[in-house]
Amino acid sequence: MTSRPGRSHPQSNRQPIPPLGWSIEDVSYRYPGADRHAVEGFTADIRPGSCTAVLGPNGSGKSTLLRVLLRAAAPHTGRIRLGGRPLDDWSRRDLARAIGVVPQQEELSFPITVRELVAMGRYPHLGALRPAGAHDRLAVEQAMERSDVVPFAERFVETLSGGERQRARLARALAQEPSVLALDEPTLALDIRHEMEIFELVRTLVTAGVTVLLVTHNINLAARYADALLLMDRGRLVASGPPGRVLRRGLIETVYDWPVLTTEHPGPGHDAGAVQIIPLARGAEYSRGREER
Amino acid sequence: MRGGRLSARLAGLALLAGLAVLVSVRVGAVPLSLSEITDALRGEGDPTAIAIVRQLRVPRAVVAGLVGAALAASGATFQALLRNPLAEPYILGVSGGAAVGAVGAIVLGWAAYAGWAVPVAAFVGATVAILLVLRIAASVGRSLDTRVLLLAGVVVGSFFNACILLALTLTDAESFRSAIFWMMGSFAGASWTVAGVLSLYLLPAILLLIALARPLNLMAIGEETAGYLGASVERVKLVAYATASLLTAAAVAASGVIGFVGLIIPHVIRLLWGGDHRFLIPASALLGAAFLVTADAIARTAAAPTELPVGVVTAFVGVPFFVWLLRRRTV
Repeated sequence: MTSRPGRSHPQSNRQPIPPLGWSIEDVSYRYPGADRHAVEGFTADIRPGSCTAVLGPNGSGKSTLLRVLLRAAAPHTGRIRLGGRPLDDWSRRDLARAIGVVPQQEELSFPITVRELVAMGRYPHLGALRPAGAHDRLAVEQAMERSDVVPFAERFVETLSGGERQRARLARALAQEPSVLALDEPTLALDIRHEMEIFELVRTLVTAGVTVLLVTHNINLAARYADALLLMDRGRLVASGPPGRVLRRGLIETVYDWPVLTTEHPGPGHDAGAVQIIPLARGAEYSRGREER
Repeated sequence: MRGGRLSARLAGLALLAGLAVLVSVRVGAVPLSLSEITDALRGEGDPTAIAIVRQLRVPRAVVAGLVGAALAASGATFQALLRNPLAEPYILGVSGGAAVGAVGAIVLGWAAYAGWAVPVAAFVGATVAILLVLRIAASVGRSLDTRVLLLAGVVVGSFFNACILLALTLTDAESFRSAIFWMMGSFAGASWTVAGVLSLYLLPAILLLIALARPLNLMAIGEETAGYLGASVERVKLVAYATASLLTAAAVAASGVIGFVGLIIPHVIRLLWGGDHRFLIPASALLGAAFLVTADAIARTAAAPTELPVGVVTAFVGVPFFVWLLRRRTV
């Protein structure tokens, strides 16, 4: 992956879209037929040009929150603004130009190549009829380089490993040249190198002014790379703020219902000192308890 | 892929369709040479040859081509819309509705009064089926769920098939025979009027489908992601469904139910040159035209003087291909 810190992605003749953030006010959403809200009374600000990670146990409403923020699900109550404008006022196309989305999974109905998949990221800029120009091809090439998918650009997506597919989807979102990148479990199937490269890429993008919203189970990488965390439990926001303030032992143990201890990333690196969570083996908490007593 | 190469391929397919028409006009009970055909088109030479070329073979080849184009373009669209490689133009009950209309017109004796009674009844029946399926599918949930659409289509189709069986059971031998022949599909009723109506209908429909090509491409990665990329998924589904269904309705009204064209032709194009709908839809239309014109020529000549149902010819080619397709794991 080619990291070019400080360099924005290609924006030729168009005005670069200024960094966008969400303001979320008392938002609730319930799936049809469900007996409780998937997201309930959610209030938070997602700052422009920052990296925000949404954390929480399985079924805590992280992905639903993301879908509501992307307008794929309409909240029953509450107000959402993106860049100061009510989310519903955004045209479909403007929203697609502003936000690149990497969903958790996609099922392809027909075989397409990685290059074709990435080129679909240009749809918000081209619409149904405008032919792709030099800038569109450049955006596709750069997105493929940044996500390290060039070696298999001509292969069919279905022949790729889970991690390679994930990177191809990321490349499609980057080809949109979005000012917001929304990622649902972006590193789920990735090995150490590619996982770290995604987080490093996120850091590069944030430096260049992109807002990144990330749903993840990887608490420790979120603590090292995110500016702010939103911790969810059963649809509610239980803590928010910088990683050091959210990742407190008692809170994490309550939310995840598992004993943990907290430590610091020893360094070296830009993220030295970041708080890290270590889940304990069963029974270990009793000996820890004795030591502390 | 560069635009030039795609245009060359489309030109090649158009040439193929033209060649098929030429061959189809030459062969038959009275084989004609190229010079006889050109003379007849200019209105010179043998009056019988003029009548055969101008009134029978050319309109018949043109109708076969238009129907092949309509079915193949409609099949490609249904496959994208339903996200299902096994979708084909008749999958949502359009043919069932058309058959109820046509069989009804035959059984009730309307067919004897006017030549246009059967095609018009078939078109009306098809339209009823389209509206019925849409009504059922739209009443389930807030958005048009293509899985529900598929189920509604299959159910409505089964119901219409039962209606046809009932009508056939209760009718006399002559109507029974006519109805069966109609359902097997034939271009024997082709005329310049049918060709004119079909082409007026086909060209704007195919242009509309080509305009929907990019959103249809996005459908391959799923409706939710297509929405994130800015496609108006609900509108695309509705317009694609209506356009492809009406194309099928027109084709069935003109020539009865001819299978496999709408299923296999899009797959042939996909296997040869990939699945980008901007190319797939026009290319399928041209190859579908060439295929069905050729199949009709074979149907007229293979067992002459008996004319084989053209659906038999397309199926004899289509079934082995279909089996091969099922065994390919990548499609």
